[in-house]
Parts: sequence; C-alpha cells; structure tokens
Amino acid sequence: MVSGSDTRPDSAKDMRTVYFEAVGDEAQHCREIFVIDCDLSHSMGSLGYAARFPKQYLNAGIQEANAVGLAAGLSLRGFIPIVHTFGVFASRRVMDQVYLSCAYAGLNVKIVGADPGVTAEVNGGTHMALEDAGIMRLIPGVTVVEPSDPVMMERVTRLIIHHKGVDYIRMRRKAVKPIYAPGTKFELGKGVVLRDGTDVTIIAAGLMVSEALAAADALALRGFQARVIDMFTLKPLDEALIIDSAGKTGAIVTAENHNVNGCLGSGVAEIVAEHCPVPVERVGVNESFGEVGDLAYLKKRFALTADRLVERCLAAMAAKRP
Amino acid sequence: MFEKYNFDRMRRLSADIRIQTIRALAEAGYGHVGGCMSIADVLGALYGGIMRIRPEEPDWPDRDFFVLSKGHCGPALYAALALRGFFPLDELTTLNRGGTSLPSHCDRLKTRGVDVSTGSLGQGISVGEGIAYANSLRGSDAYTYCVIGDGECQEGQVWEAADLAVQLELGHFIVFVDDNKKQLDGSVEAMRGKRHLADIWRAFGWHVQTVEGWDVCSIANGVDCAKAVGDRPSLIILDTCKGLGANFAEKAEFNHYMTITHEMAEAAIAEIEKRLCEGTYPRGDVRW
Repeated sequence: MVSGSDTRPDSAKDMRTVYFEAVGDEAQHCREIFVIDCDLSHSMGSLGYAARFPKQYLNAGIQEANAVGLAAGLSLRGFIPIVHTFGVFASRRVMDQVYLSCAYAGLNVKIVGADPGVTAEVNGGTHMALEDAGIMRLIPGVTVVEPSDPVMMERVTRLIIHHKGVDYIRMRRKAVKPIYAPGTKFELGKGVVLRDGTDVTIIAAGLMVSEALAAADALALRGFQARVIDMFTLKPLDEALIIDSAGKTGAIVTAENHNVNGCLGSGVAEIVAEHCPVPVERVGVNESFGEVGDLAYLKKRFALTADRLVERCLAAMAAKRP
Repeated sequence: MFEKYNFDRMRRLSADIRIQTIRALAEAGYGHVGGCMSIADVLGALYGGIMRIRPEEPDWPDRDFFVLSKGHCGPALYAALALRGFFPLDELTTLNRGGTSLPSHCDRLKTRGVDVSTGSLGQGISVGEGIAYANSLRGSDAYTYCVIGDGECQEGQVWEAADLAVQLELGHFIVFVDDNKKQLDGSVEAMRGKRHLADIWRAFGWHVQTVEGWDVCSIANGVDCAKAVGDRPSLIILDTCKGLGANFAEKAEFNHYMTITHEMAEAAIAEIEKRLCEGTYPRGDVRW
C-alpha cells in the first residue's frame, strides 16, 4: 500500500504549538491581537499564550455564538480578535453569527476551527468537521485556509493576522511532519506547485497533501508524471493555477479531508467546467457522517489515501479525450 | 439630574421620530411599525441628550455606541439619526427602495451613524458586549447602549451574552428590553407564558430596573441610576406597548408588520402632535 503518513514523530511538529508561537510573536508587537477561547484552552494549546498575554486573552466559556458576536464588537473598536474552538462549532454552530455580525458587517475577525475532518479521531462523528470549510466558503468575502504543515502554519498564521476581513483557519492541532523547507514563503490565494507533471494534476489540501505526494511517487513508478498542488487557500481558489493545470495536464483529481461537495472538489469542478472542461475526479468524504477511530483507520475507512488517489488519477487520465 | 437634560427637547424628538418613521413607512406602504413606535421614546432620550455623539463625525472614536439588536426597527433609528443631522431628512423617504442607504434592517456599511449591523435576533447584544469590553480594555469612559426586544429574549444567544457580561464587569454596558408585550405571532405571554424578565436578569447578576418606556424622564432617570452602579452591566426594562403612539397600530391586534396608507399616517401624525401639545404621554392617557 502506498502511504503518505505525515505524522512520524522524528521530524513532526505540533501544529498548535507552532500556531501559538506565531500568534504570540505577533501579539508582542501588535497589542490589538485578542485571543478568545471557548473552554478548549487545554486542547487548543493556548495556555502559554494566555499566561504571557493576559490582557489580550479571554476564555469566554462554552458559548461559541456569543464569542463570535463579542469578537465582532472587539473588531469594531480596532482589535484583531481570533476565536478558537473545534471546527464543528467554529462553523456550523456559528454560521449565522459569522455571516451577519462579522462578514455582512465588513469586520475583521479570525476564526480557528481545529480538528478538520477525520483528524477529530476518537471524538467521532459529532466532532468531525467535514463541512466547515464549505460552510465558510458560502459566506461572501470570507477567506478560508488550511495549512498543510508546520512551516506553512507559522507563515500563514502571520498572513491571516495581517489580512483584513473574516478569515477561517482550518487547523490540525497535533504533530505533522514538515513538507516545506524552513522559511518558505506563501501568498494567500496562490496554490503551491509542489511537483510538476504533465499527465494529471492532484489538487490537495491539508492532510491530503502528503497523500498526494505519495500518490505522485506511485504514479511515477507506472510512468505517469503528476503535478501536485497544495491548495492551502480554499477560498479564494487559485483560479489561474487551476486553469493552467487543466490545460497542461488535461485531467484533475482533487483531494480533501472534507465532504467532496461544497469546498475544494466543488470549487475546482466549477472552475474547470466554466473555463477549461477536462475530466475531474473528487477524492474526499462523500455524503457520509464521521465516526470514531484513530487516524490510520479513518483514512482507510473514508478512502483518504494515496492508493485511492492513484486509482482516481488513472481513471481521470483514461477519461481524457484522445 | 433633571437639570442636565432638556426633557421638552427629548419629547419633541421622540414625537418627531414617530412622525418621520410613520411617513417613511407610509411612503414604502408597509413596515415594522409596532416595534418602531415602542422604541421611539428611548431613542428620543438617547439621541436627545443622553448619548455622547457627534452627528458631523459619526466615527468619532470617543462616542457612545448604540446597538439596535432588534434590527427590524431600523426605520425608527434612521429617523432619530436624520433628525439629529447624521444625514438629510429627505433620505428617509427612500426606505427599502432599491439602492437605498436605509434598508429594513440595520446595516453599518450602508447608513451613516449606524454602529452595528443587526437583523438576526439575539446577535446585537453580543456585539454590544464586545464593544463595551473593548472600551473597558482600552480604559475608555464611553457607554454602549443596546436595545433588545422582549420577544428577542427567547433567543439563546441573549443569555450567553447576559452570562458573560457580568463576569466581564461591564459597568458601561446598558441594555434596554423593549417590553412591548408582543412578538410577530401575537402576545409574548401567549408564546411563552407569564415571565418575570426582571427576576431572570437579576439572577444572572445584572443591575435591573423597570422604567416607564413612554416617558423620557423615567428613561433618563433609569440611565443615571445605571451609570451609578459602576461594576455591573445594567438592564433597563422599558414598560411599553407595541405600536405605542401610533393610534392605528395601538388598536391593531397584529401590528408587528403592517400595511400603512398615507391616510392612516396623517391621522396618526395628527394624534401624535395633539398628544404632544396637550402635554400627555405618547400613549395618550396620562399627562406629564
């Protein structure tokens, strides 16, 4: 079996630690940064930040809707509030508050939704955010990002803090093996071409980026060259790169730790259908609720694997017009 | 306290808020008249002297903020803002027309002087709490005023906000409940049974008062008492009735949203002027 395991402890770094180091570093210079927790400070890893910046921190308790409204009010007075909770609560529980109090009102509010998709593991189906990015993507003007490794987490956190608007960070909390070299630069709205190829393009995000790289290795053994893109900005999607990839490789496979309907798969399919029709295959969770299990089990259970990507790449390439 | 406010001016402003709101709604042909009328006096008191504002500089950083959490009553707020000079009075007749800066529900990006976008009930009080908290973090002495509906208190988010505001010791956060006894589908009591709002809010730890919501003097007195509390948020229950001051709306059983003709409007406006001249409260039964 081909595996894109990205959690080997040797070089892996805890994503939340990297995240709060970046937030703390920014908060030192920018007194407007204000972190809001919703009774998950132990899980989110914010205790160190809270001790260091007590005047730029509030644990609002178990009241996500009010926390988002409070953040909107803080934003109205010039603060840069960042609300933290699990992705399920950060999206579907507060969609109306994010929509009206924050986005419709044109404010500057950051939302961090932790444990995307199957990374909720043993918290199970109730806590498995398989639609969070799709929910946020529907709100006009909201930027949605999903960093795929600690290097990107650190850089993108800083970019989001300095970006004006309502932004949603889909954040894995636990240890993730680096994909990028230290110091790699990223730009919001610009996908990263991790590997170039001419036969098929795999457009992946988050957890699925390492699977995509493993799939490209496996395809290379069969003589196919796959382009691999880390589409860490899920909204706005990098339309130019998608169109370019469709033109140069003639087939696209999307890979997301999310429902295939509503976010990356849908967004890529929409752009391809409108601008450059080529075969598109979407890999992700398809019309299912989550369930408990460890990450390895859940990746297999929902076919979020390099094997599945290889299979769908072959199908997409076979569907190309002669 | 009575010398610092000009109550005649507040009463005139409240009457004019009613008149301008009714005219704007009649021009549109329909609207949320019931709730607009019941908050006219609190708006007259706030914008007629209580609030620290600069109409010529709506974004003045040291201003007091106002949040109309019951955002469907935007037309009454627009009348207050226009009458105080935030924008020309004749803009009020554009209410709800395509391209207007005055939509049904409050939109801070469209209307000069509107601090917070509202319209989904329960949300405004949280945003107001955030503003008050930000001001307290900054050491500002500005006040944040918020009006919520009695029906709106059925929204869970209201109680999330109520819970946190006490812990944050938001002494400069003053929330009014427009206790007009009705919601869209009928009476609040029929919907929810007899409730004692004051007891509930007091149990959360708020400083609670009930004032005569049709009397600017009683409202101003309530605000002064709230300001004296210092370390706790204040709730002021406005004893009102839905449609208060507009005779056609007062008489209607369902007056949340009504069709309003120019004839209805002119008769109501004449009655508002008459009550003001006679020195009776807007509800028309008692002299001040």
